[in-house]
Amino acid sequence: MGGWQGQILRVNLTKGTCKKEKLDPKLARAYIGGRGLGTKMLFDEVSPAVDPLSPNNKLIMATGPLTGTNASTGGRYMVITKSPLTGAIACSNSGGYIGAEIKFCGYDLIVFEGRAKSPVYLWLNNDRVEIRPADKVWGKTTHETEDRLKAETHDEAKVCSIGPAGEKLALIASVMNDKHRAAGRSGVGAVMGSKNLKAVVVKGFQSVKVARPKEFMAACRAVVKKLAESPVTGGGLPKYGTPILVNVINAHGFLPTRNFQQGQFEGADKVSGETIADTILLKNKGCFACTIACARVTEVKEGKYKGAGEGPEYESGWALGIATGVSDLAAVTKANYLCNELGMDTIEAGVAVATAMELFEKGYIPQKDIGRPLRFGDGDALVWLIEEMGYRRGFGELVAQGGYRVAEKYGHPELFMGAKKQAFPAYDGRGAQGMALGYATSNRGACHLRGYTISVEVFGIPQKMDPFLTQGKAGVSKLFQDVTAFVDSCGICLFTTFGIGADDIHPMLEHATGAGYTLEECLKIGERIWNMERLFNLKAGLSGKDDTLPPRILKEPIPEGPAKGMVGKLHEMLPEYYKLRGWDASGVPSKAKLKELALG
Amino acid sequence: MAKVLVIHPERCTACRACELACSMKHYGEFNPSRSRIQVNIFLEEALYIPTTCTQCDQAWCAKICPTNAIVRDQATMAYIVVDDKCVGCKMCVLACPFGSIVLFPEKGKAEKCDHCLSIDGDPECVKFCTPKALEYLDEDNEVRMRQMATALKLKETFKEVTV
Repeated sequence: MGGWQGQILRVNLTKGTCKKEKLDPKLARAYIGGRGLGTKMLFDEVSPAVDPLSPNNKLIMATGPLTGTNASTGGRYMVITKSPLTGAIACSNSGGYIGAEIKFCGYDLIVFEGRAKSPVYLWLNNDRVEIRPADKVWGKTTHETEDRLKAETHDEAKVCSIGPAGEKLALIASVMNDKHRAAGRSGVGAVMGSKNLKAVVVKGFQSVKVARPKEFMAACRAVVKKLAESPVTGGGLPKYGTPILVNVINAHGFLPTRNFQQGQFEGADKVSGETIADTILLKNKGCFACTIACARVTEVKEGKYKGAGEGPEYESGWALGIATGVSDLAAVTKANYLCNELGMDTIEAGVAVATAMELFEKGYIPQKDIGRPLRFGDGDALVWLIEEMGYRRGFGELVAQGGYRVAEKYGHPELFMGAKKQAFPAYDGRGAQGMALGYATSNRGACHLRGYTISVEVFGIPQKMDPFLTQGKAGVSKLFQDVTAFVDSCGICLFTTFGIGADDIHPMLEHATGAGYTLEECLKIGERIWNMERLFNLKAGLSGKDDTLPPRILKEPIPEGPAKGMVGKLHEMLPEYYKLRGWDASGVPSKAKLKELALG
Repeated sequence: MAKVLVIHPERCTACRACELACSMKHYGEFNPSRSRIQVNIFLEEALYIPTTCTQCDQAWCAKICPTNAIVRDQATMAYIVVDDKCVGCKMCVLACPFGSIVLFPEKGKAEKCDHCLSIDGDPECVKFCTPKALEYLDEDNEVRMRQMATALKLKETFKEVTV
């Protein structure tokens, strides 16, 4: 068999031990890798009731069988743990180079347990492993950490690390790798910080083998061709990156503006993909093995926000810009760079600032608590607050816990725009009903990467559906959620699905592993993973009652624009969704369903 | 007609698919450290520069080889290592100013880019280079194209000056 390296590394930070273990081939077959396999291992080893920031929680870095191969975008790795932000399952997915490098060291997964007495980093030097002190880089930004640890180990090592936000257990902390790539959501960086694990440094020289090389390469070439021919993965994404969506979603009238108070932003064009391409873009870039290359390498050449890095991506630029009403591209870009360097999720950070802005403007947060005015559209205030959050100073200490905690503290939890305490991304569920259902039912809290119905509601991929209507959305959501779980577990990027389908991914997985997968089985595995995540959440104390949205989305109509008058009609979709899932009316998977999925 | 592997660094997106394809073609496994083409990534400067053997006309590796193991393939005009003759002495590794020929210890033989000995089709790395940072072109055409590209730039300049 191929694809998998067949080995797990278990690092116990309390004891300071590293142990190589055999990957159970049956488990790998049933859960593929990445998100599926990582979640399965977490579920088996950790009680879902665990305190996320205690040493009893575990943090798993998982690759898929296609990570480190010529399968386009085959460079993904995932960080799986119980989230301190949501209290639910967390799985944050990132590109860059580190995922493949972990495979080149001979591992499929790394499991971190316990808590180190003082700051450490893990040095994976091909087949050797070392836990080293990290006191010298504790307190440093992710960029400085990466540079210093490369100097200490290998010039071409790949690094993932937490910034000051993760060290200080900010609930919106990310794990950054290759400087600009983020396992961003659900506060996985805080879990890493709670373990006193500053970074993982990786350099490997081993091979990834596949079961049927000739057939595998033919399948990869067919996928590369399809991706190049697709207008999205071969045109829009390489040229304008994800921010191409700013003008598109604005035109549809569900670009959430000023903490979801409006559905269109008058300054959209100033922060659009087209404007980015015309002004700050230096180059587009690919992650490992990616033939799409959507990343934006940018530079703000002059002014008070001078700097260089990557981004803003669509979601990041929206959260830090449009949700906060800031149309100054330089300020938004600076805020994005700061989030990357200090190690914070851009979506969560932007929405947290937007929440605080609305609370301030409505008079719910006194100015003395903040130390300065905090109004929508104020780019200086945005950049200032993001830095305060990253270091958890002053008012930033609270805001770094995410928008939910800010809104709750000041007595208005209803003004937090998210689900399961995780912030919404850049599509207003009132204007795209499928997204409303997706946000409410996503296992990791509000998320666009768990069932991207925008694909049908805006792009018409694979077919067009009216975004304002609820008919058929339950079925599409379920299908997309299951397919996404499958794609994530393979170790490739979800963006491939704009150009190819599960029927294109299945041959790559099958020829890589030689495990005898059928297409039908791949989708079943996706469904198995979704239900397993749901079971984790139920055991963690969540219930069907948490499958809901804020009153603004359910009751307040979008005030103007093409989506004027729309509200999120969750009640029209949720019962049908539960039924299609084989769950009871309270959202609990039936015994028959669990048996069917070999989870019972 | 001789073909050349043309590298356009300005088009490279640093995905390293070429490294994977090369190692698979020649070793049957994915392993960038065994690829005969390397993408050199300068993240800060946003520069990604693939490097591989340039198939020098006066090839130092071939000249210095004491067993004449490095010869020019007449069909592709690429220099190749004849395994039966190579004794693994590493003189070629020392002689190449570009680091384009290396010794693989498992085999004890020198290894270098041979353009996959492709005559009609593209070498494996080119097949996987979506942004066309790598192209496999007829040598004469490539030279002519570069002359034309220079002429086009001059044309624009002349227009600006004369208007």
